[in-house]
Amino acid sequence: MSSYQSRLRIKKIDEITRVEFIDRNILDEGNIQAIGDEITEVIDAESCPRLLISFANVDHLSSSALGTLITISRRVKNRGGELRLSDIDPQIYDVFVITRLNKIFDIHDTSDDALKSFQKS
Amino acid sequence: MTPPPANPHDRAAEPPDAGRLDVRNERGEIDAVARAVLTAIERHAYPKASVFAVRLAIEEAVSNAFRHGHRGLDDGLTVHVEYDVSPSSVRIEVEDQGPGYDPEAVPDPTLEENIERPSGRGLMLIRAYMSEVRHNQAGNRLIMRYDRPDAPGASADADA
Repeated sequence: MSSYQSRLRIKKIDEITRVEFIDRNILDEGNIQAIGDEITEVIDAESCPRLLISFANVDHLSSSALGTLITISRRVKNRGGELRLSDIDPQIYDVFVITRLNKIFDIHDTSDDALKSFQKS
Repeated sequence: MTPPPANPHDRAAEPPDAGRLDVRNERGEIDAVARAVLTAIERHAYPKASVFAVRLAIEEAVSNAFRHGHRGLDDGLTVHVEYDVSPSSVRIEVEDQGPGYDPEAVPDPTLEENIERPSGRGLMLIRAYMSEVRHNQAGNRLIMRYDRPDAPGASADADA
């Protein structure tokens, strides 16, 4: 295997892929790029990706991370899939509200709530 | 508040609540300046929300300076950061070596036609979290002030 260090914890729950971040802060652009590439691989591996991104343990992020989330969202939609976000710290959630991205993303308080919200196939 | 040191490049003589640094586009250096400012803020017992706000603003301002201010220029160019932390407010200035721009010409990223663009939110976030934000005439120097929210006599409304 390559020496590439994953920034993500990935778990399959039924037909849904849950992704968590290993880093507590998602600021660094290089890091964000690598995270985006990893998540893209997860999305492309499924014909109809159902992806849950959990922000548990994330206590900071930057606008670059928001941009990557938007790109991810578009990619999931283009493949006919569904995306949910969960476990967002209130301070981080404020950033989504200020940028109005809380209207674009399907955000749930907890992973459990988010998992339940995926349509049954 | 102590006066600035006689030699502005002598970092060892500068008090920790204020500083002037030239930062390269490297994560280690960007994190170091953020850490210096946040350490000073924490020393003055600013609330957690203030640490979040200032950290975000510094990250966005410095990123913008490199990504937009230095677009098309040598990637080795540094960005100048000055900060001054007092018990009631934080002043941060970020200056790039580029030609500048018109901050009023930045499109509103919350409009429907822009909301799904992957970029363009940095300045908006800076304005949302800082008490006052202004630029120099050329647009290559960003001056921000953050007022401590729980200071006695702090006003609820920041300058527009």
